[in-house]
Amino acid sequence: MEKEEKGKLKLAVYWGAACGGCCVSVLDVHEKLLDIVAVADLVFWPIALDIKYADVQQMPDASIDVCLFNGAIRNSENELMAVLLRQKSKILVAYGSCAHMGGIPGLANFSNRDALFKRVYMDSESTENPEHITPQPKYDVKEGELEIPAFYNDVQTLRDVVCVDYYIPGCPPQSERLLEVFQAIVSGAELPSKESVVGALDKSQCDECPRKKTDNKKVKQFFRPWEIEDDGETCFLEQGVICMGPATRGGCGARCIEGNAPCRGCYGPPPDVTDPGAKMMSAIATMIDSNDEDEINAILDDIEDIAGTFYRFSLPSSILRRKMIKKQLAEVE
Amino acid sequence: MDTFEPKIVAFLCNWCSYTGADLAGTSRMKYAHNIRIIRVMCSGRVDPTFVLKSFREGADGVLICGCHPGDCHYHEGNYKCLRRYEFIKRYLKQMGMDERRIRLEWISASEGKQFAELADEMTEQVAQLGPCKVRTVMENIT
Repeated sequence: MEKEEKGKLKLAVYWGAACGGCCVSVLDVHEKLLDIVAVADLVFWPIALDIKYADVQQMPDASIDVCLFNGAIRNSENELMAVLLRQKSKILVAYGSCAHMGGIPGLANFSNRDALFKRVYMDSESTENPEHITPQPKYDVKEGELEIPAFYNDVQTLRDVVCVDYYIPGCPPQSERLLEVFQAIVSGAELPSKESVVGALDKSQCDECPRKKTDNKKVKQFFRPWEIEDDGETCFLEQGVICMGPATRGGCGARCIEGNAPCRGCYGPPPDVTDPGAKMMSAIATMIDSNDEDEINAILDDIEDIAGTFYRFSLPSSILRRKMIKKQLAEVE
Repeated sequence: MDTFEPKIVAFLCNWCSYTGADLAGTSRMKYAHNIRIIRVMCSGRVDPTFVLKSFREGADGVLICGCHPGDCHYHEGNYKCLRRYEFIKRYLKQMGMDERRIRLEWISASEGKQFAELADEMTEQVAQLGPCKVRTVMENIT
């Protein structure tokens, strides 16, 4: 890292389509934040600092040392800011599941803009909208033209719109991992190769899971977590509870599992896996204890919402990144 | 639409189905040229990723063939394949795809004729369904 003017590092944190949890996870470093600001200036961080877009536009290109971009790309504002921050940052980090893989907002790829608008602005139980008003990117009022960001049909990941240097996975990333990454940057240690995932392990969640497991898992029935009394020590899959461990990177410290909840897959797939859902289907199929077509289907009936469960955090980055919707098919043609 | 020639990717197991397809060839049976065969060591090797990738890269249908139940060279690879197949069919349906675009059939080494018939039948079926739009949709972000 170049040392400019006895260089304090310049940091930025920005949110796209996100819940705010990633920004809060930065705050979760608690008093360590003081150590961070001792060596770095936070130049842009909307959750904590009042800095306008125009201020960012005026920064010289590549003047921000590290930008943590959290959140998916849901609308034109998200994309605009991603492009702007890419231009202004030396290192752009996709921070958290949404920027990394689409995350929870990415589940909107089971639907599309029209259907979402219909649900949110027409059909929802608390809505009264007799004139069927939906958000318009441009609207004329007597004072002039108003403009709001355009809402996209597809949710995308950060990588879909700009080049990303590193990924820090998690929903949200564990603050300890962020500190480790940050310390590595400050210490001037050699940075890992570009486009790699940092702050997580290469091995799967199962590898660091504290629960007891056997090699040969056989399952006759699947349960949702509330349908079963967890014994607190046996592998969730062996108890018939869907756990994303086999297709998820370790590194989070198995926090959900320590809290007696199965892994939901927020850290994303290990390095050699392209599609976590496909790997889960493959893994679970191996465990199903039946060779009879009808019985297999009866067992599979226990698993509700395959796509939503196996691609909870990764739909926009998966091989089939969205649901095929008839009306939309007509539009593409 | 009359000229639509479906592309069908077929994963055939080395021990039974590929030999079966080979028999169809050496016996000079004619069958639809739409089938693109990929030999795998076992139908149990067919990772759901392969199926999804086939569709993503432009396949209109995916056919998986393995040894008959009980005949698997590796004892139970074809059963694993059966379970994965049932899984992936459900997933494809949820993603708005027609589940008839994917098919699993058992073809033994002596069933060249059955393979040729299957190839024709599946080609006809997929031709009726029309082109698979996955690739177009995936490449057009809106």
